[in-house]
Amino acid sequence: MHSSDQTLNGSEIFFECLRREHVEYIFGYPGGSLLKVYETLHDVKDIEHILVRHEQGATHMAEGYARATGKPGVVLVTSGPGATNTVTGIANAYMDSSPMVVFTGQVPSSLIGNDAFQEADIVGITRSITKHNFLVKDVRELALTIRKAFFLATTGRPGPVLIDMPKDVLNASCPFHWPETVDIRGFKPTLICHLNQVEKAAQKIAQAKRPLLYIGGGVISAEASEELRAFAIEQNIPVTMTLQGLGAFPTNHPLSMGMLGMHGTYWANQAVNNCDLLIAVGARFDDRVTGKIETFAPQAYKIHNDIDPTNVDKNVKVDLPIVGDARHFLASLREVMPEKSANREPWLEQINSWRESCPLSYSYDEQTLRTEFVIEEVSKQTAGNAVVVTDVGQHQMWTSQYFKFINPRSIITSGGLGTMGYGLPAAIGAAFGIKDRPVVLFCGDGGFMMNVQELVTAVHHKLPVKIFLINNSYLGMVRQWQELFHKEKYSFTDLGDSNPDFVKVAEAFGCKALLAETPAAARAAVSEALAWNDGPVLVEFRVVKKDMVFPMVPAGGSISDMLLARLNPKTMV
Amino acid sequence: MKHLISVLVENKFGTLNRVAAMFSARGFNLESISIGETEDSEISRMTIVTRGDDQIISQVVKQLNRLIDTIKVTDLTKQPHVERELLLMTLKLGKSVQHEIFELINVFKGKVVDIKQKSITIEVIGTPDKINTTIDIFRPYGIRELARSGAVAIQRGE
Repeated sequence: MHSSDQTLNGSEIFFECLRREHVEYIFGYPGGSLLKVYETLHDVKDIEHILVRHEQGATHMAEGYARATGKPGVVLVTSGPGATNTVTGIANAYMDSSPMVVFTGQVPSSLIGNDAFQEADIVGITRSITKHNFLVKDVRELALTIRKAFFLATTGRPGPVLIDMPKDVLNASCPFHWPETVDIRGFKPTLICHLNQVEKAAQKIAQAKRPLLYIGGGVISAEASEELRAFAIEQNIPVTMTLQGLGAFPTNHPLSMGMLGMHGTYWANQAVNNCDLLIAVGARFDDRVTGKIETFAPQAYKIHNDIDPTNVDKNVKVDLPIVGDARHFLASLREVMPEKSANREPWLEQINSWRESCPLSYSYDEQTLRTEFVIEEVSKQTAGNAVVVTDVGQHQMWTSQYFKFINPRSIITSGGLGTMGYGLPAAIGAAFGIKDRPVVLFCGDGGFMMNVQELVTAVHHKLPVKIFLINNSYLGMVRQWQELFHKEKYSFTDLGDSNPDFVKVAEAFGCKALLAETPAAARAAVSEALAWNDGPVLVEFRVVKKDMVFPMVPAGGSISDMLLARLNPKTMV
Repeated sequence: MKHLISVLVENKFGTLNRVAAMFSARGFNLESISIGETEDSEISRMTIVTRGDDQIISQVVKQLNRLIDTIKVTDLTKQPHVERELLLMTLKLGKSVQHEIFELINVFKGKVVDIKQKSITIEVIGTPDKINTTIDIFRPYGIRELARSGAVAIQRGE
């Protein structure tokens, strides 16, 4: 490490700052504007640079790493196309509140605005998809800007921050000074909840006969799962989770109701519909959760704890807003809860009867392979202890239904943006961060092809990622909507004739590959894949082509509109 | 309902763009926006005129606060405040109506800032409502060009 006040050039300052932020990995791709940085990187031994094959892959890897570890992911790309290729990954991290710092090279300051070679106004382009972004105009501002970027990305509601670094700034020199503290006058997030509000919440909770905890990803990022578990069990309150909240409360506990919303469980949605008190923690009343706003939790007094005040009253008007950190909220709530609370047994019995009347189920026979079976099998064989990464679509929803999540930071999935192609690179990023639990990816045949190039990265680093490729030869979720809502016009969703041979593709990349077409073969392949530790392994599961995900609340519909099964049996397999 | 929001922001390039972009990204109405340096050269004051019900305005204020470059957001609408807008307007100067035009300029406490053979440019300062009325009244005389500053506003002193 260089000492303070030593004169360094911009790219040396860059690495010096990353060291002080304890960065382990950079996910990057070199280019013209970054040549100085890569020159310095050549001799950097304490930070590992992971060469991706497309800049979008770098952003998803950084996010996968961030979600698995809780630490910010770091991306380094060149100007112009390098920078614009990060846009989808940045938008994804912004929607799902993942801490990430993206460094982009930029053309020399003197050429900015001249339509120079490989110039793009990436600060302008990413303004609405970053928590904040910076253009560094003077090498003397570089260290402070990097300090601010990491602080912003990881403080309050996490999110992506971008720093654009012109080539001349990276070449120029100045005395290095690392700011130990950082103060941004326009950024003072409320972390501590207002005690009066918490006490009011405690009174309401104690009186409630039919309370329900509605838990979002904020509980995971605030590391509040322990407090949540203790609180829910002490108060005997059932827990339903959003896609990003899964793992905050163990699915195998009787109080767990699984996911709510569009593809949530019947009983979780019935509970929302009938509860007299809804306690939302770190969740943002997304449209995929609420359906029709007017009929969402119509009888409930609503308490909403969120670290971001803009989430409060944004979609649903709440009765008691409490801005602050989820862990602080749950911990202080536990301290002020009255000794006695209302009896919840009748409520829990009611929920159980809903659960029994309409459980999650799928049909099974020895010849037919279904996605639900594959996911259940992986869940069983890993005892729910895997880090599960998904792509986007039907397999993602089935994962939320059939994988028994036990621990926080166990599901890494693109929720807000719904980015196909997210899964493979995110799984690779997670595997760099997590070495003591298996990292498994569920991915469709459509999404796999969107960032297939990153298979090289996994093979090159011998990462033991388990790629479970669910091949139904369709863009299944779009096909499902076409069948249900668009007159069965299956426009451009059938990939059957054009998909490659996935086993051969994997083998061409140097990746071990297996194929399974029956439940018995699938069980054996999962077991073989989990035992394989010499680099990545891909298992192609050829599943039923036209299955649909149920239950389903159609977009904008009420719980009463919930579809429990396929309406038209003639379109079955 | 119309709201007048005063925002103190970091005096940096791109700040105006961040605020304007947030309004369009979130689908908020943006009637006018004006910006200028304050007594502290590192801080600028923006005056924003927007419309919306209480729920929307509360979101506008929260979303403004969420931007890293904003330091303070005040909804002036429900507080004692002074609001002014500047109008610069060039009118056709016909001989027959000259007299009337000069009288009206006096009525609106306007000033003549430029005068040529066939045209006259005036300035009027007032609330946006007064500026609207001024424009309506002068319209029949033939407006060649006009420019409005957008509202600027400040809280009344204690």
